[in-house]
Amino acid sequence: MSMTSEDLPSDFPAAVALKRRPAAGPWITAWRKLRRDRAAMAALGVLLLVLLLCLLATAYARHVAHTDPFVSNISGSFTLDGVTRPVLEPSTTGLGLGFTPIGPTWNINGYFLGADNQGRDVAARILYGGRNSLLIAGTSTLICLVLATVIGVVAGFMGGLVDAVLSRLLDVLWAFPIYLLAISLSIVLISKGFDIGPISITSGSLWLPIFIIGIVYVPYVARPIRGEVLSLKSSEFVLAAIGLGVPSLRILWKDVLPNVMTRVIVFVPIMIALNMLTESALSFLSIGVQAPDASWGTIIQDGQTMLYTRPIVALAPGLAIVITVLALNVLGDGVRDALDPKSKLRIGGA
Amino acid sequence: MISMIVRRLAQMIFVMFGISVVVFLIFFATPGADPASRIAGRNASPETLAAVRKDFGLDRPVPVQYAIMMKRLFITQDLTSFVNRGQKVVPSVMGAVPVTLSLVIGAAILWVIGGIVVGVMAAAWRGSVLDRGLMIVGLIGVSMPVFWLGEMMNLVSQSRFHDSFLFSWVPGLGYTPLTQDPFGWFKALVIPWMTLAVLYIGLYGRVLRASLIEASQEDYIRTARSKGLSETQVLLRHALRTSLITFVTLFGLDFGALVGGGALLTEVVFGLQGVGKLTYDALQNLDLPMIMATVIYASFFVVTANFLVDLLYAFLDPRVRQDA
Repeated sequence: MSMTSEDLPSDFPAAVALKRRPAAGPWITAWRKLRRDRAAMAALGVLLLVLLLCLLATAYARHVAHTDPFVSNISGSFTLDGVTRPVLEPSTTGLGLGFTPIGPTWNINGYFLGADNQGRDVAARILYGGRNSLLIAGTSTLICLVLATVIGVVAGFMGGLVDAVLSRLLDVLWAFPIYLLAISLSIVLISKGFDIGPISITSGSLWLPIFIIGIVYVPYVARPIRGEVLSLKSSEFVLAAIGLGVPSLRILWKDVLPNVMTRVIVFVPIMIALNMLTESALSFLSIGVQAPDASWGTIIQDGQTMLYTRPIVALAPGLAIVITVLALNVLGDGVRDALDPKSKLRIGGA
Repeated sequence: MISMIVRRLAQMIFVMFGISVVVFLIFFATPGADPASRIAGRNASPETLAAVRKDFGLDRPVPVQYAIMMKRLFITQDLTSFVNRGQKVVPSVMGAVPVTLSLVIGAAILWVIGGIVVGVMAAAWRGSVLDRGLMIVGLIGVSMPVFWLGEMMNLVSQSRFHDSFLFSWVPGLGYTPLTQDPFGWFKALVIPWMTLAVLYIGLYGRVLRASLIEASQEDYIRTARSKGLSETQVLLRHALRTSLITFVTLFGLDFGALVGGGALLTEVVFGLQGVGKLTYDALQNLDLPMIMATVIYASFFVVTANFLVDLLYAFLDPRVRQDA
């Protein structure tokens, strides 16, 4: 009954054309659309640049700035252009007590952005901190999306009691203010770590903020996914599959999941952006990344005490966050337009 | 309508119960450490630990512990801090509420006005340079960590440009009660209001623009146009009114979330002694009874706010009343 290009005689012109250019799948179509979106491509470029710079943190600290950004260097000095200066200079303002770390030298061979109050190189710390910020935002997004997809699909597809229980659970988490939930989890976990059976996490581990941030946004993603599964379940092609007697697991795998995946992908950039902001906030509140480790949030916190004397220490990591999150949001807009043609009609369409 | 209210009310009570259970489990049943030593704070003496165990019924079954905790939070309200000895936590939370409300209400007024102005202007001049510019600025606003923006505002208004005519009126960080000095209250809060509102102006402007553009393709807008109404009238009288329904939902959720702890970062940066700052200080001292109180009270506020929004929503949109 069905005619595919293989059934046609090979000298049939249309068949030749079909064979040379197989129909592009939805992912390829979306990627082509995304590639034409100049703002999204620029954002992707910025993100790759940020990632590359952060990956070069070790090389920069060792071979360019010749410093260890995790060791305090309070009594050290350094030489630039033949002039030797202490890293922490005695204050000249106020009562003349205390010390002011040196400001930016704008020279990549040392203290490009100056030192913090421990005498550590701020530029090198920002590169190292960026690695943690990106790692935490990325990994917690992965955890969040996997958990949310499983919960949303199971609740939507199984329905009945399972759906009722899962939905009420999501309701409770949804109503819980994000920062308060994160604070509650952090305060009991950060002080003593976490120990259940084979999983053992020490108190300073990066896994704690990853785990906490990964959990708090699950309802935000799981709810729309559940809704999507519910509407797919009553869509004509799924009803047709049920009518044909296709086993329900196969329907789930072949018909429901691929359609849900586009929605999950749309969440990726915006969730990374949101998680990055959340990580910086938690670190700023000292319940995220723990010293001597750094993230952009902890460096802003370090800079708070010398905000009026050396503002660059708080300013620079904040700018790094703004640039990265902005790029993620722009990319997020592009990905949504590429994957969801309906939203293009709604949002764009000048 | 009545059955809908009853249903939402039941749902609200269920969610409150759920939240109290989650909080209880986090603080009392997370494996890893003895809850008594957590509650008593750092370096507690064995006598204090024993007193905590007895006070909170930690040697009794878990449901009893839960009941004791809830009784002390809501009925007797005699939960006390172990870090600041003898400080009753529930009255402290209540005392901090006016500060948080002052901050959030002022910021909310700013962001509603700002969001509507940005959204309507961008939609009216869709595709123009103004539209693109507003959307980019909005996106930057959404991408800034609020505590960092607050610090930068402090840097400008308290330090670098404090001596210039622009910011010489800005008082030092802190809160002045409205009843004591209304003008001082206003001056102390202007910068925090703006800081907190920036993110939401960006967000609401974008959402409103999208919703106005979506509305412009609806039938009733075509009807309004064909009646010969001007573009301004169509936009403001017809499209904006429907779009405000989305706006109200978002507003209720965000307002509730801010009063219930979301304003924490702004309060910390500007030294405003609200509920969020109380939570933050308790966090720095590992003062668990205080955190339990702020978390429970704040989340209950959020749930109540969501309930009120649902009612308002049903009031605004007849369709919700019917299918609920």
